[in-house]
Amino acid sequence: MSFSERRLTRERSLDITDKLFRISWLFVLLLTMLAAVGYAALYSAAGGAPEPYAARHMLRFGFGLVLMLCIAMVDIRFIQRLSWVAWLGGVVLLVLVLTMGNVGKGAQRWIELGGMQWQPSELMKLVLILALASWFHRASWERMGNPLFLIPPLVAVVIPVGLILKQPNLGTAVITAAVGGAVFLAAGLRWWKVLLVVGAIVVAAPIGYTQLRDYQRARIDTFFNPESDPLGAGYNIIQSKIALGSGGVWGKGFLKGTQGHLNFLPEKQTDFIFTTLAEEFGLVGGLALLALLASIVLGGMLIALRCRHQYGRLVALGISMNFFMYVFVNVAMVMGAIPVGGVPLPLVSHGGSAMIMVMIGMGVLMSVHVHRDVEFDDRQREL
Amino acid sequence: MRRESQRTGVFTRRALVVAGVQVAALGALAAKLYQVQVVEGARYATLSDNNRISARLIAPPRGRLLDRTGAVIGGNRLNWRALLVAEQTGDVGATLDNLSRIVLLSDAERARIDRELRRHRRFVPIMVREFLTWEDMARIEVAAPELPGILVDVGTTRMYPYGATLAHVVGYVAPPAEADLADDPILALPGIRVGRAGMERVHDQVLRGRAGAVQLEVNAVGRVIRELDRQEGTQGQDVTLTIDLDLQKMVLDRLGDESASAVVMDARNGEVLAMTTNPSFDPGLFNSGVSQAQWVAWTSNRRAPLINKAAAGLYAPGSTFKMVVALAGLEAKVVNTSETVFCPGYLDFGDRRFHCWKKYGHGSVDMRGAIKYSCDCYFYEVARRVGIDRIAAMSNRFGLGVKLDIELPGARQGLVPTRAWRIAQGKAWNIGDTIVHGIGQGFFQLTPLALATMTARLASGRQVQPHLTRSIGGVTQRGARPEDWPGLGIGERGMQVMREAMWAVVNEQGGTATIAKLPPLPGATGPPVQMSGKTGSVQVRNVTREQRERGYKSENLPWEYRPHALFVGYAPHDAPRYAVALVVEHGNAGSETAAPIARDIMAATIARDPAKRQDRPRVAEGGRTG
Repeated sequence: MSFSERRLTRERSLDITDKLFRISWLFVLLLTMLAAVGYAALYSAAGGAPEPYAARHMLRFGFGLVLMLCIAMVDIRFIQRLSWVAWLGGVVLLVLVLTMGNVGKGAQRWIELGGMQWQPSELMKLVLILALASWFHRASWERMGNPLFLIPPLVAVVIPVGLILKQPNLGTAVITAAVGGAVFLAAGLRWWKVLLVVGAIVVAAPIGYTQLRDYQRARIDTFFNPESDPLGAGYNIIQSKIALGSGGVWGKGFLKGTQGHLNFLPEKQTDFIFTTLAEEFGLVGGLALLALLASIVLGGMLIALRCRHQYGRLVALGISMNFFMYVFVNVAMVMGAIPVGGVPLPLVSHGGSAMIMVMIGMGVLMSVHVHRDVEFDDRQREL
Repeated sequence: MRRESQRTGVFTRRALVVAGVQVAALGALAAKLYQVQVVEGARYATLSDNNRISARLIAPPRGRLLDRTGAVIGGNRLNWRALLVAEQTGDVGATLDNLSRIVLLSDAERARIDRELRRHRRFVPIMVREFLTWEDMARIEVAAPELPGILVDVGTTRMYPYGATLAHVVGYVAPPAEADLADDPILALPGIRVGRAGMERVHDQVLRGRAGAVQLEVNAVGRVIRELDRQEGTQGQDVTLTIDLDLQKMVLDRLGDESASAVVMDARNGEVLAMTTNPSFDPGLFNSGVSQAQWVAWTSNRRAPLINKAAAGLYAPGSTFKMVVALAGLEAKVVNTSETVFCPGYLDFGDRRFHCWKKYGHGSVDMRGAIKYSCDCYFYEVARRVGIDRIAAMSNRFGLGVKLDIELPGARQGLVPTRAWRIAQGKAWNIGDTIVHGIGQGFFQLTPLALATMTARLASGRQVQPHLTRSIGGVTQRGARPEDWPGLGIGERGMQVMREAMWAVVNEQGGTATIAKLPPLPGATGPPVQMSGKTGSVQVRNVTREQRERGYKSENLPWEYRPHALFVGYAPHDAPRYAVALVVEHGNAGSETAAPIARDIMAATIARDPAKRQDRPRVAEGGRTG
């Protein structure tokens, strides 16, 4: 028995002090900084007041942080055993929201619980990552070459994506599919298959466009030509661009943004929070925020690379990818680079349930990190 | 272990690819941010700092109200207004003080402006002053630097070219109440008006139209630099009324100084050609706000100019009701048309004596004679035999005491008493009450409009409903054709006797309203047009036996105690087309006061023949809008 294997055996029983010591406090600090940026932005969006957004934002973050640390203490092997059950629960919730959920802005997305509106699709992304990681956890490189082996995880992706599309919520469906694809890729999907899927999407996109709901199509149309509908769907993008552009290099200064405060900018506390910040802090502030977001994404990737077991690696990669997709879609949206899609900026936008879901994901990510060296019982057998 | 390290190697490489893609994507976002904020920044900064894009709703022009010939009776005219945008003003109070030096703002106006400022978001323009003159406008523009946030724009305001002539039918518009604001975003616009009474209120939704939007570039002080985009709203639709403006004017003129109301209807389809109430008021005054003094003058006037007496004034019908009693008797078969009743000038019933209006009686009268001479004894007897409930049932078929389809919001249903109604009041119904109601006195409360409906139904034999809307947006509403209305289902023989008797009232020697015989039409050939009708006089207080014995003369009473004078009639008698009902409050006797006025109204109507003056009919599917 080599040294490393002895150590693994020892770490089957980490006590709570060990676990706390193994938490990446630097990563926690980054998350806290991001939430603090959110506080500042929401304080400004409310016209220079902690109410109604900023104070509650911080309160929720505090709660989310505690939740995250608690989840980080949970053994990753325990989480792995629950992966498929969680996946099933996520699908059940998606079906429930379709049959009895609240209809908001023409789509059924929410379940009301504890005074908050929960989008099961947010939970679904996390449990899908867990389920896929659990499936690929045992898969060798050869096994990944077997098409039959790939069918069950593919189904596990297609079912929730289909249900989310049916809500309809195109943005989240695309993010879910992208996150699932990233896990497939990292698990060792052959490159030619990856290219095949990408090619199929390129071919199918124009056909899919005709199947979209009117409002989704309007968003895409508006994206290609925002000036075509300056008072309707294009209004948001134009006003957002004006706000960003008027911020310039150094910004107008904290609480000095005009577009946001004058209500030209819609949904300034949720989807367009990035705009509020970049108007007041300029390119410098916007780049700093992007750097902070990037460091959180890469921090997650680093956790994935440092993990000693495949399950943890895939989970960490999936969660970072999910966070990245949020950031990318939101920021690209407010700059008018992709169609508007109702995706918040994680830990910055106002919104309780989204924040809690992000922090739960971060908790699982941290659990991977805490348990990065543990040994799974079935490790030798399955390979 | 080899396999594990192989797999780890694959994962590491793939993860690095993913991370690389992520970094590249975020880098692209950073580049895009640089482009938006710095490269294109100058352009957007201009848009934001000096020139802001401001989207505003534009109020659509309100639809017009037209008379049946297309004359505008409710229209729009240009209205120059000073508006205030709070967010573009540093100190609202100082700006208003400056403005007040040009156009004086009263304390009440300042209070209203403060109230509106609180009600609206800071970028919504608030109306400060309307109806600016050219001179005021020019001075405001010159003083612009001292008036940040003050804009002058042109809107439309409601105009009633014939003001008082049609006040009660057209109604008026007024600023929306706070409670209305949630209904429709266009109500938040400055200077918007909603219909508050009459047809303006009935057809408010149709007339209002849909708001458009305009995208403006405005500079830092709020002046509009240029218009970037404009989406016109949908103009409100025009509503054509059944009213004939010229006839309305003639009728109102003829009412003179009387406190009176008259309704002229097309007897074949229920179109109201004229609905007048005298005195009237100028509805345009409500648009800009009514002064306290004006309000007091209106409300303290005992001739009640604000009340539409034609549709909301309640009167007993008096002798004009006798045809309904006769028809109720015929249908119940308690009397036939040739049976005579002897009138000694009174009818004794129990210990009460009921007087005929003719002191020494009419002698023996049959049904035709009883109507021609308006003999009260005959109808005392018929009413006694038929009973109040059957009289009430027949009344309802003639549109009396039931809700009519007239669109006017303030129209009243009135009251035709029944036994059950009296018992519900906790009182007993006596035969004596029935007898009094046989001559249209007692508890009756009927509007001139209901009496006109009754007359139209007598004349046409159809269940016509009075209505004021002829077409909306050029589409004729249902009810314009006589075939739209079903028959009354009353025996034709009885109806014929009624029409003949009503002809005799006006055109036969000894009738009570021979004064109402129509003069020959100027330049007309062929047989003269004749009117059929019936007079009525209604006591407003009881006449005591003592007064009667002293030789009671109602014209010697103070004005408010004199009887009301009524007349109902239709013409031509052999091919009924027009029905008229007229009530002159405290006019004394129907035959003396009401009949001559009705004659002149009918003569004018026949001469003008408004039923022929109409737009080309296009009948819409579905029901008439109320």
